[in-house]
Amino acid sequence: MNSLLMNDLLVNNLLMAIPLLPLCSAAVLILFQPNDRWTRILGVSSVSLAALLALILNVQVWDEELFIIQASLGEWLSIDTSQLASLGGAAQHTGALKLSFGLYLDPLSLVMITIICCIGALIHVYSASYMLQDADQCRFFAYLNLFVSSMLILVLADNLVLLYLGWEGVGLCSYLLIGFWYQKTDNNRAANKAFIITRIGDTAMLIGIILLFYQFDTLNIQQIQQQSQTFLLANSPEENPLIVLSCLLLFAGAAGKSAQMPLHSWLPDAMAGPTPVSALIHAATMVTAGIYLIARNDALYQLAPQVLLLIAIVGVLTLLLGATSALLQTDLKRILAYSTISQLGYMFLALGVGAASTAIFHLMTHAFFKALLFLSAGALIYCMNHEQDIMKMGGLRKKLPLLALSFAIGCAALASLPMTSGFFSKELILQQVAMAEQPLLWWGALLGALFTALYSGKLFFIIFMGKPGHAPSHKTPTVMGAVLIVLMILALFGGIQPQGVVHQFGELTLDSFSGLTPLEHSLPILVPLFGVLLAWFCFGQSSRDKPADKLGLGRFIHSGWGFDTLFTRVFITPFKKLTYLNRHDIIDASFRTLETISYRLHLMFNRLQTGQLRRYSASLIVFSILAIAWGVIR
Amino acid sequence: MTLLCLILIPLLGGLLAWYSQGFNPNLPRRISLFTLITSLVYITALTLTRPLARSSQWLFDESHAWIDRFNITAHFSMDGLSLILILLTLLMGLAALSSAWSEIDKHQGFFYFNFLWTLAGIIGVFLAMDLLLFFVFWEVMLVPMYFLIAIWGHENRRYAALKFFLFTQAGGLLMLLSIIALVVFHYQQTGLLSFNYHVLTLTPIASPMAIWICLGFIIAFLVKLPAFPFHPWLPDAHTQAPTAASIILAAILLKTGGYGIIRFVLPLFPDAVQFWSPLMMTLAVASIIYGALMAFSQHDLKRIVAYSSVSHMGFVLLGCFSLNMIALQGAVMQMLAHGLSSAALFMLVGLIQQRFHSRDLHQFSGLWRYLPQLSAMGLFFAIATLGMPGLGNFIGEFLVLVGALEQHTSFAVLASLGLILGAVYSLRMIQKSFFGPFSSADSRPQDSTTETMIHSRVTEKLHNTDTEIQANLASIATGDQASAKEAEQVKPPTLPSPYPDLSLKEKLTLMSIAAGLLLLGIHPQPLLDMLAQPLAQVLALYTITGSAS
Repeated sequence: MNSLLMNDLLVNNLLMAIPLLPLCSAAVLILFQPNDRWTRILGVSSVSLAALLALILNVQVWDEELFIIQASLGEWLSIDTSQLASLGGAAQHTGALKLSFGLYLDPLSLVMITIICCIGALIHVYSASYMLQDADQCRFFAYLNLFVSSMLILVLADNLVLLYLGWEGVGLCSYLLIGFWYQKTDNNRAANKAFIITRIGDTAMLIGIILLFYQFDTLNIQQIQQQSQTFLLANSPEENPLIVLSCLLLFAGAAGKSAQMPLHSWLPDAMAGPTPVSALIHAATMVTAGIYLIARNDALYQLAPQVLLLIAIVGVLTLLLGATSALLQTDLKRILAYSTISQLGYMFLALGVGAASTAIFHLMTHAFFKALLFLSAGALIYCMNHEQDIMKMGGLRKKLPLLALSFAIGCAALASLPMTSGFFSKELILQQVAMAEQPLLWWGALLGALFTALYSGKLFFIIFMGKPGHAPSHKTPTVMGAVLIVLMILALFGGIQPQGVVHQFGELTLDSFSGLTPLEHSLPILVPLFGVLLAWFCFGQSSRDKPADKLGLGRFIHSGWGFDTLFTRVFITPFKKLTYLNRHDIIDASFRTLETISYRLHLMFNRLQTGQLRRYSASLIVFSILAIAWGVIR
Repeated sequence: MTLLCLILIPLLGGLLAWYSQGFNPNLPRRISLFTLITSLVYITALTLTRPLARSSQWLFDESHAWIDRFNITAHFSMDGLSLILILLTLLMGLAALSSAWSEIDKHQGFFYFNFLWTLAGIIGVFLAMDLLLFFVFWEVMLVPMYFLIAIWGHENRRYAALKFFLFTQAGGLLMLLSIIALVVFHYQQTGLLSFNYHVLTLTPIASPMAIWICLGFIIAFLVKLPAFPFHPWLPDAHTQAPTAASIILAAILLKTGGYGIIRFVLPLFPDAVQFWSPLMMTLAVASIIYGALMAFSQHDLKRIVAYSSVSHMGFVLLGCFSLNMIALQGAVMQMLAHGLSSAALFMLVGLIQQRFHSRDLHQFSGLWRYLPQLSAMGLFFAIATLGMPGLGNFIGEFLVLVGALEQHTSFAVLASLGLILGAVYSLRMIQKSFFGPFSSADSRPQDSTTETMIHSRVTEKLHNTDTEIQANLASIATGDQASAKEAEQVKPPTLPSPYPDLSLKEKLTLMSIAAGLLLLGIHPQPLLDMLAQPLAQVLALYTITGSAS
């Protein structure tokens, strides 16, 4: 390892400050509840400062090929079982369980924190304008800051349990923010659904983490990675089934968080939250945590090729699901949500074929253009007086030119038209899949690309071309516009220099695509263009009055392939019925039978006590005779 | 005398509180406060004078003559485990006192007498090292608790109190029989008649009867814990008990069950425990899942919290019978964290009941609108109970799972279902009580008119706010910078709250509990260190015989 280990005090402190800044500001907001003005100042400035520090860190390590910066925020817990051995018992083999609040920065986490801080800061600025009229800004910014902090801890954690802390933290913030407008019951339902579905994945992941602990005797991510590499080099033919199982369980966690099939159905509903939240949490950062988790444990997953194949398959299925569903939605935010699911599918596909750095590259460009799209959507919804149905919009390009431009750029990047950031990353993924020689997966991804271009085009054409629908009631606020312009630049040019990001993780070599056929080269470029053209023919000439067809298949796809119905039928309804039936606690009832029996006995014996002398003397005589008889017979 | 004083202080304080009622009805609670603070100061001083020694498990050890004829002594010892649990007892006693302060308005003297005597009994349980003495304290904490429920409880208090008494008494009886059997067998084996814990643990009895004696102890503790299927007393006792008693019950009394298993069952019956361990782990998993399922189906807030206790204490049981260091540490951490979080939740339910005269989820919703602080606290503690990392409960559950997974994978995996189900019922509780549109079917007859007035006022205000916001939006739409600025200044008027939010005292209590949970969650190390020695001792006894067999 020729990596540079930095022990510069300044750099270490910088690293520590990055997650702590938003955390402190969240704490201050929760505990002291300053007025709205100060809330905005504090909330925005803390994250902006973190973003600034992250950029400084980038500058610091710009020239380094590989580097590692570590910092510790203190010990968490350590349980030493060796004490037992000294007392005579040596039955347990377990080593010490040691956890610390250690931060670990390498190129991968640097990319992640840069994305999180910068997009986070932009969205905070945007939110300050978006939430201006809300009475509960303090709560909003507290949750949002807490989210940024948890997310940073997630990507900086040097052990799996600290990662899990960040992981649950972002899940909690996502829950709180989806249900931010708590007075609407639907929002709360969506929030609960999001939390519970991700929690299912998380619990599987926790079990996976514990299994890993017993396999590797440590929870430190880097040590696990190194040990896996040694295993891999040792090239032992037999696979360790427990490692495969833990990889699978970790993937379950990743699938829950990143909305992969079959745990995807919470994400479209999660759009109930404020739009900046959807942009930050449910598009740019939190939902990508799953990709980060698997990219982070790259070496570990090399030990479980079957799981990688499964990841790729799930990725392809999910990207098809997302893309087809997005095509049939009419709610602006739901379209974007399904498109996020679909793009996450691409990332998992890349992970599955062993191209982790490509996945992270797509993660980055996706963060740019999807944040752009969501924030534009937020501005649009704001301008249209909270109208979210695209079928009621149309011909808006004259009235909202800035938004038209931002949507155009966002949709182009989403459809991966040439020269946008999305183009570079998605082409790279398709190339990687082609090289992995999985033709079925490749065709699936290509089909997905077609659908993506189709719905991106549809989205843009329906809203901004064609016959005018409802007129906008507001102009785009200046602050929002400024943020959108920054994001437009990022979405356009964020992918120009893939080397800038990708070379930092070494492994990828861009000039090795010589083995591809011309077809494999050209199709990925042509298909999106074709898709957009098709969209122009179908939707460009204003057919917005036509309702989405609600035939059987259409409804099936529209509902996200019917997973919600399935889960309701199979799990939720029986669960509710079962618990309702047993609401009085059958165990309690059985104890109460005891009570009933003794009460009956009490009544029975009570009846003997009539107080009548003749009864008493009669029974006395009967029993005396019986006693005498007993004595005589014996 | 050092340890005896620890028990005598609350005993005397209780008597004094009872007696003082004659002078002033406010005196008893002040005396109770004073007593608890004195005890806290006393125990802190004690531990400070004698820092934890690595060499010996026991910090203090003292013996007083009691019944010489049967070699029964008043033997008290304190190690890290007892110390931590006594601290928990006193601190949660303070929390309970805080909630009783204004809630109890009849027979204050007798209430605080029972209150302090229960605490004294619990402290005695944590200190007694003579089995008969242990049994005596076991009863001492039981009887005053019965009165607390039966006299100051809610609508169905007699039934609940009797149920509580019968269940625990049956368990206690089994324990007494087991104690006697144990001593007799020990006498036959060694020729030494002793009830002393330190003596009995030296030579575990080697009789096939050990399995059944062990079971007697286990059942007594299972009832207290409570574990499935001995739990039915808990929901009733909790629902009917006054808030302060609920807090003591959930936060401390249940912990005596876990303590008993760790302190007595594990060291006294190494072989029998291994025999029972699979069954006990099955019961633990059953408690975790069954408790969670039951919590989901309830609509009385106190019952929800009570059943969630069953679920959480299942983790304690699982940890105890996993028989390794990590799991045992986890079990104790879970006891502490559950003590804090359930106390806080019961307190919150008490506060809600004070304001809305109901604990029924059908009777109110959307409390956040008028009680943001109370609801935020409720949210915090509900989140804590569902095992959010960074808070104490996670540490407990995580350590138990880590420990259990080592040898009992299937149990651990099933137990982890509790984490999912925990989220399900906690979120349901949060959603139904704090979120959604505000409504309250508060049926205070005298307030019905003001109630409607408030409602009409509120809707009116709401309407005004809406129009104002619309006006603001419109002014922004016109692009008028000045009016947009103005709009920033003009805030929607805050609505008058018909219900008082948390008072300073309540806020302070809840905040300190929250801080405690946070501390347990991110810096549990001092406690783990304190527990390491006693638990290692328990397990060492264990692994010797374990490896020998």
